Amino acid sequence: MLQTSPVAYDSKIEGNIIFTQIDSAMNWMRKNSLWPMPMGLACCAIELMAAGASRFDIARFGAEVMRFSPRQSDVMIVAGTVTYKMALAVKRIWDQMPEPKWCIAMGACASSGGMYRSYAVLQGIDQLIPVDVYISGCPPRPEALLEGLMRLQRKIETEHPLREQKRELIASFNA
Amino acid sequence: MAAASLNSVVSAIQAKFQVAQKTEFRGETTLTVERTEIKDLCAFCKDTLGFAMLLDLSGVDNFGTEPRFEVVYELYQMDTDAHLRLKIAVSEDALEVPSVITIWPTADWHEREAFDMYGITFTGHPDLRRILMWDGYPFFPLRKDFPLAGRASDMPDVAFSKAAPLAGGPFVTVPSTATTKDREPRSREQS
Repeated sequence: MLQTSPVAYDSKIEGNIIFTQIDSAMNWMRKNSLWPMPMGLACCAIELMAAGASRFDIARFGAEVMRFSPRQSDVMIVAGTVTYKMALAVKRIWDQMPEPKWCIAMGACASSGGMYRSYAVLQGIDQLIPVDVYISGCPPRPEALLEGLMRLQRKIETEHPLREQKRELIASFNA
Repeated sequence: MAAASLNSVVSAIQAKFQVAQKTEFRGETTLTVERTEIKDLCAFCKDTLGFAMLLDLSGVDNFGTEPRFEVVYELYQMDTDAHLRLKIAVSEDALEVPSVITIWPTADWHEREAFDMYGITFTGHPDLRRILMWDGYPFFPLRKDFPLAGRASDMPDVAFSKAAPLAGGPFVTVPSTATTKDREPRSREQS
């Protein structure tokens, strides 16, 4: 059969098989599709918006799908000052996010209370929810957020999701 | 023009209400009036004198003096661009002030804030809840005897608070023309 088109189905390539570990495959899928829950509480949220816009383009790291529904998000980016009054709402949204989930504390306020050493401000979101990556800055530049996201991706690479699922399953049998 | 109309405003108020003190400072007129008369006086200011707008309502804590608290009303007349400030003294033993929400609806959140920060109760307010802190917070944080760092409190499932680590602070900037090194914020004890 005479080949006339330069584009054709190549059974030798399409049919090829890749061997990998299921942990690696799951990590690869998770880390390249981190849907953020944008918890924008103060000026850090402006930088978060810049990171999402065209100039910095967080979509290059697969994290452009800002989900305003916690049920659909993987990583909560706490961007801004967490007042005690808001802290309960942040915690509730975190609890509503399905596993696996991660948290980025963006900026000085979310990491430690920042310059707000006052009666009204929670001194770091890590007092309420577990934080994976802290980003310094007041506010951090979008590049810093992207670096934090890449650090989180590297952290996800080191996880063992299947092994942990097995462990949980065995623990549930024993319980 | 504003000053002339304000003089007639003040004399009209003095003819009908008790004015304990009248202060002029940089063209701003402040009248210290009676707490019991404040609602009638505010209605008079709005309906008869044309102060249609309540710019601000706030509390003041003069800790250590008696009466301890003040409530300040900042009135504005749009036609003549005239400002008028009314002050009432509130004792700590009777922390009750008549609400002016029926005169200016904007007093709603201002009065809630004064209640939240100082614990001043506004009688007649339809919804006197805390506005900045959460319901059930046990302190009034803008009182002078309340520390900046805050105090520990715990309300399960609602909120908690801890005293913030001040690490030698609060840090204040001293305004001067000195170099940045001398001007940078430092704690009051060190400066």
